[in-house]
Parts: sequence; C-alpha cells; structure tokens
Amino acid sequence: MEDGEDGLDRRLNELGERLAERKTAADRAGDKARGADKSAYSQAIKVSSEFVAGIIAGALIGYLVDWLAGTTPWGMIIFLLLGFCAAVLNVMRALGMVATPQPKKRGDEKK
Amino acid sequence: MSAADKVDPIHQFHLKELVHIEFGGLNLSFTNSSLFMLLTVVAAAAFLYFTTSSRALVPGRGQSVAEMSYEFVANMLRDGAGSHGMKFFPLVFSLFMFVLVANLFGMIPYFFTVTSHIIVTFALAILVIGIVVLYGFYKHGFHFLNLFVPSGVPGVLLPLVVAIEVISFLSRPISLSVRLFANMLAGHITLKVFAGFVFSLGSLGAIGVAGAILPLLMAVALTGLEFLVAFLQAYVFAVLTCMYLNDALHPGH
Repeated sequence: MEDGEDGLDRRLNELGERLAERKTAADRAGDKARGADKSAYSQAIKVSSEFVAGIIAGALIGYLVDWLAGTTPWGMIIFLLLGFCAAVLNVMRALGMVATPQPKKRGDEKK
Repeated sequence: MSAADKVDPIHQFHLKELVHIEFGGLNLSFTNSSLFMLLTVVAAAAFLYFTTSSRALVPGRGQSVAEMSYEFVANMLRDGAGSHGMKFFPLVFSLFMFVLVANLFGMIPYFFTVTSHIIVTFALAILVIGIVVLYGFYKHGFHFLNLFVPSGVPGVLLPLVVAIEVISFLSRPISLSVRLFANMLAGHITLKVFAGFVFSLGSLGAIGVAGAILPLLMAVALTGLEFLVAFLQAYVFAVLTCMYLNDALHPGH
C-alpha cells in the first residue's frame, strides 16, 4: 500500500517479463510442431510411401530396360536391387539421418 | 439400400459414369470423380473470387481467410525455393487449393473424395515433376544432371551412386502421389469401418447399443483427425512441390 506507484511499476515489469518468457516458449514449441509432421500416423505413411516408391521406381525401370533390350530377367534383378538401395536412401533422407547432397555440394563449390 | 451395402467400406470409392462419352475408342465418360473435381475447382475459384472482390482495406472474415491462404503459400514457397521461386506461385497455390478443397469436400457425407484415387494424385505429381525436369533443363541445360552426381564419391562407385540417385529422383512422383492417396484412402476406410461397427452392434439389442458407444466415440475422434489430415496432406503436398522446384532452380550449379 505504501509503495503504491513503485510497487505497481515493479509488478507490471515482472508481469511483462513473465509474459515474454511464456511467448518465446510457445513460439519455440510452435516451430518444433511445424517442423515435424503432426502425428505418428502421418510419419508412418510418409516413411512407408518413400520406401515403396523407391522399389516401384526400380522395378519399373528394370521392366523397361528388359522390354527395350530383351535382357529378361537381368535388368529387373539389377534395377530392383538398386531400387531397394534407393528406397533405403529415401527413407533415411526422409528421417533426416542422411543429408540431402545439394546443400553440401553448394557449400563445396562456394569455397 | 441393403445392410451389406451400408457396411461395405470400399463402396464410397466406386466410380459411376454420369454422362457416357466415347472418343476414338477411349472411354472419356464424365464420372462422379470428374464432377467433384469440377466442383472443387469451381468452389475454390468462387471462394477466392467473391472473398477478394470487395478489396476492403480492413479485411472482413472471408477476405482475411483468402489473404491468410495467400500469405501461407507465399511464405512456404519463399522458405522452400527462395525468392526466385515466386514465379511458380500460381502453380503451387493452385495445387494447394485444389488438394485442400478436394480433401475437405471428401469429409462431407455422401461426397466423393477425388484425392483417394491414385491416378488423380499421380497426375498431379507427374505435373510437378514434369515442370521440375523441363524447367531444370531449360534453365541450366545439362548442368541440371549435376543433381544426380554427389560430390566426394570415389570414381569406381560413381556409376552405382548415380544410378541410385536417378532411381531416388524417379521415385519422387510415386512417393508424392502414394502419400496423399494412402492418407485419404486409409482415413476414409477407417472411418467407414468404425461407423459400420456402430451400425452392426446397434442392431444386436440393448447390450449392442451400449457397446456401440465405444466405436461411436472413435468415429467422432477419427473425424477430427481426418480434418487435420486433410489440411496436413495439402500442406505436405505443397511443401514437397516447393522442395522439388528448389532443385530445378538451384541444382547445385
């Protein structure tokens, strides 16, 4: 009561500080949520689609090569295996375990 | 409608010919899928046209939603592909709005979900990758192929690595389309199956009705999740489009 004006100012400052803390925490949380996919369910579909896509692409190329060059079944075997490698690469890139080559390369060329 | 018809979770994806058109031996009929694609485009265009026609300085509710969607996609594109990417804004914005409105239309009962058919999503993905490849070659010529040659790989391994990179690139349209299609298909089937549980348990008498509360709650929760997925998948599709366009714009020079 006695320190009316001062106390009010002090409390106002404290409140401002606490609000600022809360806000940055909330912003950080929001950024994190935006970076990652929202649910485990969509993460599962993302990873599985990457994996399946690599194998299908490899099989399609192998089939085309065989069809054009008449080397059945060797094109299919080789490109299916390569497609499997590409699928694993896709999955590891999707999960951020392997860097995509482009940014690294751009850095190399700037040097 | 028979009981079996109601619980069949795949029934909602059947294509029906509305107007039969045959042209040069090809079946180009106007189906329910075409109808809903048309409705999607008309709804998205009409929404944007009417909400922005007043051009108020202080936006109303509709105008601020339209402006928010513009800002959202513009920021996404600037983050993903840099300010050079803004020349692709019409493409990315149209794709985003089409997928978003089509997904949300799918949430209305008795409406057809266009994006639950892989051929539709694959066509969209091929459009994106086609533009990436054409623009990449047009802008950078054969330097665009550097995209497939990572630096710092020993010469012996190079053919193998390049083959894997090429396959990985070619798998992009497939994974892009499979992701959207699988999300929408799986979500709608799950929803239908749980709703079917409610229906078949409900016909078992008092105990059944009591038991039907659980799948009913699940169906309500899944509906909420599906709205989230509808938005999220449109967002993911647009973000990946930006990422691929970034490759076309800056393929490591």
